[in-house]
Amino acid sequence: MKTVVKMIVTLSLIGIISGGFLSYIAAWAAPKIEKHRKEATAKAIFLVQPEGKKYESVEKIDFECYKVLGENDQLLGFALPYEGNGFQGKIRLMIGIKDDLKEMTGLQVLEQVETPGLGTRVTDEDYLKQFVGLITEPQIDWVKGAAPDKSNEIQAITGATISSKAVVLIVNDGIKKLRSIKDSGGKL
Amino acid sequence: MKKQVTLIKEYTKGIWETNPVFKQVLGMCPTLAVTVSAENGIAMGLATTFVLVFSSFIISLVRKLIPTQVRIASYIVVIATFVTIVDLVMKAQFPELSVALGPYIPLIVVNCIILGRQEAFASKNSVGRSVTDALGMGSGFLLALFMLGSIREILGSRTILGFQVMPNFYEPWLIMILPAGAFLTLGLLMGTFATFSARKKRIEREFILKKHISSRQIISATEGGAE
Repeated sequence: MKTVVKMIVTLSLIGIISGGFLSYIAAWAAPKIEKHRKEATAKAIFLVQPEGKKYESVEKIDFECYKVLGENDQLLGFALPYEGNGFQGKIRLMIGIKDDLKEMTGLQVLEQVETPGLGTRVTDEDYLKQFVGLITEPQIDWVKGAAPDKSNEIQAITGATISSKAVVLIVNDGIKKLRSIKDSGGKL
Repeated sequence: MKKQVTLIKEYTKGIWETNPVFKQVLGMCPTLAVTVSAENGIAMGLATTFVLVFSSFIISLVRKLIPTQVRIASYIVVIATFVTIVDLVMKAQFPELSVALGPYIPLIVVNCIILGRQEAFASKNSVGRSVTDALGMGSGFLLALFMLGSIREILGSRTILGFQVMPNFYEPWLIMILPAGAFLTLGLLMGTFATFSARKKRIEREFILKKHISSRQIISATEGGAE
């Protein structure tokens, strides 16, 4: 009986002390972590919407999306964080698109776990800049091994076709989602 | 009575004689997973050392108060507390490192180097010795991760700590930054170290043998003279 009490008391004490200490550290760290997260989002938004000056979150929709505003508060377009399946795991993108949803303004990769040296090349500037000014209607397509000749096509990376395709599919999916909201009369 | 070893010996044994990675083969998950670059290796090594030293300090301090039945549970709570501190501080101050090391920081809790040192050393020794031992083990782990990370970074992406060291015509070996590269590098390093210690042992043995034989000759010579 005595040992049981001793065990309970010891473990409880250790738990209480650790918990108290951790809550102190967490209170210190939480605002900083939040700030980093916001900064990372803001950085990605302004990379995909280079002319944007401000952004605000779109409300009343069930996913994350940002309105990007220009110098005189006019609507420039949207920045949409969207994720889907890559070659090995999830790819998370920041999609920049004009307000009529017909032309892209840029693309950034937020998170990916593709094969190092192969699939990870979808994060290269050379690949991503193909999306600037890309026409999104009826959808984005890819070509292999040659320069694209249509304004809605990009060239897939040699040796990373699956990852290149995956990025295009995710972008198409994201745009489709925005379009369906717009078409059903919803306000973006 | 147990032979007391010096504090310096207590420290250096973690780096060479009982190096946690090369000799004890502990903590393999972070060793193999995060060492794609030297920087990641250093960060992981430092984080583990921090947790190891502070856990050893606390555990050896309260070692006589903890009932043996709940000792493992107590160790885990103490270790988990320090790991959470490292995780939070890293997220707040070094967000990029925290992204690179990802889920491996919380996994330090179950790193067997740490629990192993608490059970095998800190729970039986004084605070000073435990902290020294933890520092030694941590340094050994850090060194191993740095070596592994450097080799993989040099061969796999031409750089070390971000600086280019290999000429441009050198084609990076992709396999070195893939998981297979970790196994290859670790295997070769372990083999190298095992060869070294085997040679050292052989030389020591030969030395003792020689001394023994020569002393026998002297004895027989003096005995012969006495007769």
